[in-house]
Amino acid sequence: MLKGDPLANVLYIDLSKKRYRVEQREDLFEKNMGGAGVAVELLHEECPKGADPLSPENPIIFAVGPLTGLFPLASKTVAMFKSPHTGNLGESHAGGRSAVAIRTAGYGAIVIRGANDIPGYVAIHGSEVHFRDARTLWGMRNSFTVGRIIRENEPAAGLRSIMRIGRAGEKLIPYACVTTESYRHFGRLGLGAVFGSKKLKAVVVSGKHSLPVGEGGGGFGAAEYRRVYDQIYQEAVASPVMKKYHDLGTPENILPLNALGGLPTRNLKDARFEGADRICGEALAEHYLGRRLACSHCPVGCIHIAALREPDENEPYFYKTSMISYDYELIYALGSMLGGSDPEGLLKLIDRIEVYGLDAMSSGVVLAWATEAQERGLISDEQTGGLRFAWGDYPVYLEAVGRIVEQPNEFYAALARGVEHAASVYGGKDFALAFGGNEMPGYHTGPGAYLGFLVGARHSHLDNAGYSIDQKVLTKRQVGPDELAREILKEERWRQVLSSLVVCFFARGIYHPETASAALRVAGFDRAPEDLQRIGTEIHSRKYAFKVREGFSFDDLRVPVRVSETPSPVGMLDSQYLQAAVDYVCSDISRTGC
Amino acid sequence: MRLSVVDTERCIGCQSCMFACARRLGEGGLASTCIGVRSIGGMERGFKVVVCRACDDPPCASVCPVGALQVRKGGGVRLDAAKCIGCGHCRDACVIGAVFWDDETNKPMICTHCGYCARFCPHGVLSVVKGKNVESAGLADNAGKAEKARKAERVEEAEGAEKDSSPPQAGMAAGAEGPDGGAADATRKAEEVEANA
Repeated sequence: MLKGDPLANVLYIDLSKKRYRVEQREDLFEKNMGGAGVAVELLHEECPKGADPLSPENPIIFAVGPLTGLFPLASKTVAMFKSPHTGNLGESHAGGRSAVAIRTAGYGAIVIRGANDIPGYVAIHGSEVHFRDARTLWGMRNSFTVGRIIRENEPAAGLRSIMRIGRAGEKLIPYACVTTESYRHFGRLGLGAVFGSKKLKAVVVSGKHSLPVGEGGGGFGAAEYRRVYDQIYQEAVASPVMKKYHDLGTPENILPLNALGGLPTRNLKDARFEGADRICGEALAEHYLGRRLACSHCPVGCIHIAALREPDENEPYFYKTSMISYDYELIYALGSMLGGSDPEGLLKLIDRIEVYGLDAMSSGVVLAWATEAQERGLISDEQTGGLRFAWGDYPVYLEAVGRIVEQPNEFYAALARGVEHAASVYGGKDFALAFGGNEMPGYHTGPGAYLGFLVGARHSHLDNAGYSIDQKVLTKRQVGPDELAREILKEERWRQVLSSLVVCFFARGIYHPETASAALRVAGFDRAPEDLQRIGTEIHSRKYAFKVREGFSFDDLRVPVRVSETPSPVGMLDSQYLQAAVDYVCSDISRTGC
Repeated sequence: MRLSVVDTERCIGCQSCMFACARRLGEGGLASTCIGVRSIGGMERGFKVVVCRACDDPPCASVCPVGALQVRKGGGVRLDAAKCIGCGHCRDACVIGAVFWDDETNKPMICTHCGYCARFCPHGVLSVVKGKNVESAGLADNAGKAEKARKAERVEEAEGAEKDSSPPQAGMAAGAEGPDGGAADATRKAEEVEANA
């Protein structure tokens, strides 16, 4: 790496002692580049074996990469922690202004340890770290309001990130998220609860550091930097794939997946939703799209914000307009999965979940399970406190989300722990749609998707995009379980490179190995494409090493019966095939030495 | 030649212009940027683009006690760094906050209206206009000005004025945005960029 690149700086913050220090960790960045690679090493260093995820000893780690602040679409921050939701690897990624803010504040990674004794937030402005009192903000119902207040209290508008939690995080719900810049999230696996357990309401980061480009040794200067940059930028703004993300955004996928029969509907009792054309990307854009936004240093701008205008119930000519961010996964989890085709109800539910700071996917799957469980008589009206869940009934879902957060009785407290736990108490495991303890994403595309959820290091569809293999390969030809497993592993290992640089996965078609290698050279990292593949494999096994250390076992993986009851676009799911593929992954990962 | 903010409502806040300005000097990051994009109070309300609007009679130059800011032909100013004493009067005099500050040298950073940033604006928010009769839009973005700026841009393209090295200005500058989420008070004073230590 380049001499003097602030990327090597790791900021260690101790909330208990209200102290901070910076360590130069060239060792970490030289070996692992940044992002996921560096974060997983820091997690191994900082998180004691068997740590309670909601205790002060669980660290929060944020990491960015060598391309952050230098190249377009290197716009993500990786967060790592021990997950209170799965009990093993906690990892989620978010954009907004977080990545550029951390990098230009002069850091490659931030480690937060200990816990506040009273609610507080941390403001990192370049080399200064301030421990602020957040007692007034604690318990505030609306997370948007919290963002507004911090915005007014802190400097550096336009150059800062405000990562905060809502009530869900304060209440330690293990699928609470951390929200940054109002509309982006460290969504999955419960970083919000880890914040909450530390009485940490928010982390503000700002900076204006300049970043060096390779003058040292390689003979690369400003001209080479601009050449590589222009090439990447040009591809980003001209490619049809990126245009898709800008035009309709991820919701563009609703109709194609529905037509394919891969859109989970009514707790996956169906995989086609008759109401899809009312909540698809096209419909939402036509009737509600109010603004499009981008993360820092991303010319694409995939963020779509709906403007929802609602009349006051009692007073005529009194309206409120809410700005609500929507994406494919939210439309799936809070729309089709709940049988909801009323776009206004859907938007209100998205907004409510945003207000509380819950992960949208987990919330939707939990509500879908509750609806079916009540339908089947597993839970009573008394347990639900008089609510009757019914597909598409948004007023009930809106009320239920509030109860999940406030947990007035045992039933809602069980829902607040996730679908796996709720089903272990009330039954209905066969239709409790979680994989490795994490509620499922919106892809019933075939065995690729499910293998991906099962063996992905964070049980996310983004770990290895198995759903994409289903659509691109399995719809055309038969693939054996071993070959499917190899494809999944190959993709997941390459994604460790992208998430170490840290490039948005939407730009994976632009940052192929040669481009990544060229960009890295400008940033002072001489890594040939083959080196990158090797580094990706190493990082992947380091993640698995952490998982296994914390008790993860392939033998414990559970495949809900439901997924093999509903036909997928490539036919009925064969559980033996899936098991064979999982076994292959298991032996492959054991071989690479985790 | 002047930089013109054509239509802030098309801005998605990607800040590619800010990175371009720093990259012009061969740097990554944002320390040297002379253009600022920030939300007008929550991203859902949209953005303001803070950049020198090339005043004909620039207050920043008027208040400079040592004559370090020279009025530039065609509007705006040039900095003579050797004369500058870092007093900061120019920064205070610019009501839109377009005099950026270099904390290391303790001197202002002034937009030279080179137009490099405009080439990396993916949605046509920025453009370069030529000629004295064209009002540079600066922070304001009313339709008349935007229209004039667009016309000027076309004239300039016809003249083949922008033949510079690198490519962009491509692709996605498509259709109009939906309804506005909040009233953009575009003329209000831009907030000061807080320097951080």
